[in-house]
Amino acid sequence: MADLINFFTHHWLGQAIVILAECLAVTIPLLVAVAYMTYADRKIWASIQLRRGPNVVGPFGLLQPMADGLKLLLKETIVPSSANGVLFIIAPMIAFMTALIAWAVVPFDNGWVIADINVGILYLFAISSLGVYGVIIAGWASNSKYAFLGALRSAAQMVSYEVSIGFVLITVLLCVGSLNLTKVVLAQSGWFWSWFWLPLLPMFVIFFVSALAETNRTPFDLPMSEAELVQGFQTEYSSMPFALFFLGEYANMILLSALGSVLFLGGWMSPVPYAPFTLIPGVIWFALKIAFLLFVFSWTKGTLPRYRYDQLMRLGWKVFLPVSLGWVVLTAAVLQFGGWVPKL
Amino acid sequence: MASLDRTARAFLLSELVAGFALTLKYMFKPKVTVNYPYEKGPLSPRFRGEHALRRYPNGEERCIACKLCEAICPAQAITIEAEPRDDGSRRTTRYDIDMTKCIYCGFCQEACPVDAIVEGPNFEFSTETREELMYNKEKLLANGDRWEPTIAANLHSDAPYR
Repeated sequence: MADLINFFTHHWLGQAIVILAECLAVTIPLLVAVAYMTYADRKIWASIQLRRGPNVVGPFGLLQPMADGLKLLLKETIVPSSANGVLFIIAPMIAFMTALIAWAVVPFDNGWVIADINVGILYLFAISSLGVYGVIIAGWASNSKYAFLGALRSAAQMVSYEVSIGFVLITVLLCVGSLNLTKVVLAQSGWFWSWFWLPLLPMFVIFFVSALAETNRTPFDLPMSEAELVQGFQTEYSSMPFALFFLGEYANMILLSALGSVLFLGGWMSPVPYAPFTLIPGVIWFALKIAFLLFVFSWTKGTLPRYRYDQLMRLGWKVFLPVSLGWVVLTAAVLQFGGWVPKL
Repeated sequence: MASLDRTARAFLLSELVAGFALTLKYMFKPKVTVNYPYEKGPLSPRFRGEHALRRYPNGEERCIACKLCEAICPAQAITIEAEPRDDGSRRTTRYDIDMTKCIYCGFCQEACPVDAIVEGPNFEFSTETREELMYNKEKLLANGDRWEPTIAANLHSDAPYR
């Protein structure tokens, strides 16, 4: 037994096996969640529009995502003759990979994190910026004007809103005093009104709206606005490459919801810090919070029309940027003069 | 005051909140969709669906090959050939409808003096090949036998208005 523990903790092969198992333990539930997120999305939009949504494949249509995945898997991968073949295939992989690797630093419960690094927030921020490359490369490699315009829009939009997300992150880490996501959650312990969503409410709103823009969701789904750009940077994609973009997009949404729950909704903590609520495993609270934010994502899509492009840029640069910058200064001032600067 | 009011609305996102509340309310309303393959909407007795050739109650086919339907068909979807049968009555030897040409105007059933060709209530006759939509006399008579009860009831309930 001691030999076995030693093998898994010290031998390189054992450590590799453990890391692989950890990755699988995160990735597989995540992909299932992505599949069922598409189903939940369609059901929610259908309900809002007084329709029924998928209800034929399996009980309540629960096997619909499987059927969709199988369909995409069996289709032919079409590479346009004028496209840059290599980049055309690589782009969806980048988009999908960046959506997955960010999960390494997300704490699912106290200590349940693959890489408990001290610069967790910075890592997440860097990875979410890398996601733009998949989109830009896809748009360029497709050699199609719709894909190109969609990619340009997507890149501009993601870059613009990342700035305000950056300021939101700075505000949170001012209040926490650490970039480690586990510490961010621990700093919010207590009743649900002591989570950061209430003290930093404007920042929470800005974060959520920026997350919508970051994931190209309504009302900021200009990059793939069907009416004008067919399907944006995904126009030329079919079969599995398309599926990778699609999965990546949803994985990104779940990631930003997870980030939102870590930063503002107390991560794995229960809303009431007493039994029996604390007996429920943290993972479940975390999943519930993510599910709630994802529901708001779908709800938004069912409610709001699409922004015009100049309105989107105006909101990003002329409203969110000054407001979030001002709030950073305000938070810093309040912490400094109120004597609440977190001790490191 | 108006500008203050407007500013407060803008910052409190009141219009957004109202919109979100409305969609949330709609989410819990009963669905209006008819769950199609399992439940179906009502059909008028005048519904013009798939064609059928009817028979008299004694089994004799009604069509007397007058070719009025063929003449009136605006899409020229109907082809009829006729010759006297052994007992001397005039009958069709060929009665084809090209369902890919048919526009379901109902002129054929209006033209028919003996209520032989009718458009029945059936609208679920999609096929996997084009050839299956070239209906011949056997297919049309089979349709007539299959749908006769409904067709007769529909004709009866529509009769007062004709």
